Amino acid sequence: MSYFGDIYKGIKTLLTGMSVTGKYFLTSRKGAITQQYPDNRETLKMFERFRGEVVMPHDENNEHRCTGCQKCELACPNGSIEIIWDRQIDPESGKKKKMIDKHIYHLGMCTMCGLCIEACPTDAIVWAQNFENSVYDRSYLTKVLNQPGSKLKAGVEE
Amino acid sequence: MDTTIKNSNLKSEEYFINMGPQHPATHGVLRLLLTIDGEIIKKVEPDLGYIHRSIEKMCERDSYQQIVHLTDRMDYLSSHINNEAVCLTVENALQLEIPDRVKVIRTIIGELTRIASHTLWWGVMGMDVGALTTYFYGFRDREMINDIFEETCGARLTMNYNIPGGLMFDIHPNFVKRTKEFIAHFKTKLPEYDTLLTGNVIFQKRMKGVGVLTKEDAISFGASGPVGRGSGYSCDVRKHHPYSAIDKVTFNEVLKTDGDSFARYQVRVQEMWESLSIIEQLIDNIPEGDVQVATNAVIKLPKGEFYQKVETARGELGVYINSTGTKNPYRLKFRSPGFSNLSLLNHIAVGSKIGDLVASMATLDLVIPDIDR
Repeated sequence: MSYFGDIYKGIKTLLTGMSVTGKYFLTSRKGAITQQYPDNRETLKMFERFRGEVVMPHDENNEHRCTGCQKCELACPNGSIEIIWDRQIDPESGKKKKMIDKHIYHLGMCTMCGLCIEACPTDAIVWAQNFENSVYDRSYLTKVLNQPGSKLKAGVEE
Repeated sequence: MDTTIKNSNLKSEEYFINMGPQHPATHGVLRLLLTIDGEIIKKVEPDLGYIHRSIEKMCERDSYQQIVHLTDRMDYLSSHINNEAVCLTVENALQLEIPDRVKVIRTIIGELTRIASHTLWWGVMGMDVGALTTYFYGFRDREMINDIFEETCGARLTMNYNIPGGLMFDIHPNFVKRTKEFIAHFKTKLPEYDTLLTGNVIFQKRMKGVGVLTKEDAISFGASGPVGRGSGYSCDVRKHHPYSAIDKVTFNEVLKTDGDSFARYQVRVQEMWESLSIIEQLIDNIPEGDVQVATNAVIKLPKGEFYQKVETARGELGVYINSTGTKNPYRLKFRSPGFSNLSLLNHIAVGSKIGDLVASMATLDLVIPDIDR
């Protein structure tokens, strides 16, 4: 009899499990969490804290806030940030001042730990929410964050 | 008539096969050298090194702030708790007074991480023993936790939200609301886990009596986490050596005495309920205050040895720092839960079939980067 008893028990537990899956099959499509990813690019909005890549925002006068203090370069665990700087004459005060020439960011090495942005005293670099970072060649992943011809915004001090 | 063959020349031969490093049930790049006789396992030899990144050596190079993000990459399913372990060690060494707000937030996110890890484990373990449906149900609930993390920490898996001295930034305004939504959602979904899988007769036959580990063996192999507690070994670090805000809440340490795969399964499912209750007790009472204590830009630990252990989703993670007073540790050692839990795999698998090895390995909940580091 235990043979038939086992069959009965087996079918019963099978139906118990299928009651859960059957419920979802029949009731809701609205509870589905599937995202139609490449098709929903227009509506897909990432959270504002999402760590996509490091960018340096410039205002309308092509001015950034980076003083070249190199704190981000020091904070970076694996050397993703390189800053090339020199001393230039500040047009306002007439004194020699440290200015960045290139703020180089290796996106391919970045681990998105966020230590550089925490370390920045002038909020010159921030996270961007762009996550589509695939390119055809690795060299494209090395980016110069300051735009050509940009300069330090007046009044930004360390 | 006696049909048995006497004095037969027929004899079976032992041979070995590779399981992994690219095997779907090893969840990563674990290579097992199986010595088998027919389908009976005679010996299991884990072969590590396929994902060794020398994290401990890299820690000797990095400053104490930079070490934290490397621990994300060890046990990536409980990354927040790993971060917390390093931060607690550094904070204890510096004798920093951490604000209550930080402690409570760390505990809430830690328990959310534990639930996320256990739901993933539940889904994947069901898949290992042949129930593909569980995979989707587990990931559905984990997705809500990942959204909470993404909104507050900025990343879904490798969060790096802790720094020595507190948190990187305050929680997002939506954090409390989303967490409460998740609790309400998950309380209706967790009973489904039992309906779907726990009572299933095929699943029970795959799990019960498979991979039995006695309490004595659990202690002598250094098992921790749900593996030890499934054998009746009371080893919850949160209970015995409370850290952060764990001493402010009441929860039960889940213990089962059977020691088989099914006991380990039940411990983890029950732990999700306990984690939910811990979050519920804390989420309404997050104290106001700072989320950081000011530390020097270059943290230098005093000379000496420091140790701190925490309970990750897999068991006891210990961080040992030997400092000579400089800005880098002289030596940093992680006592990872996965390594000692893997060491007992040979003990519990010998004499069973290959299919049972997959079942016992699934309930050990191995994360290979945690073992290899």
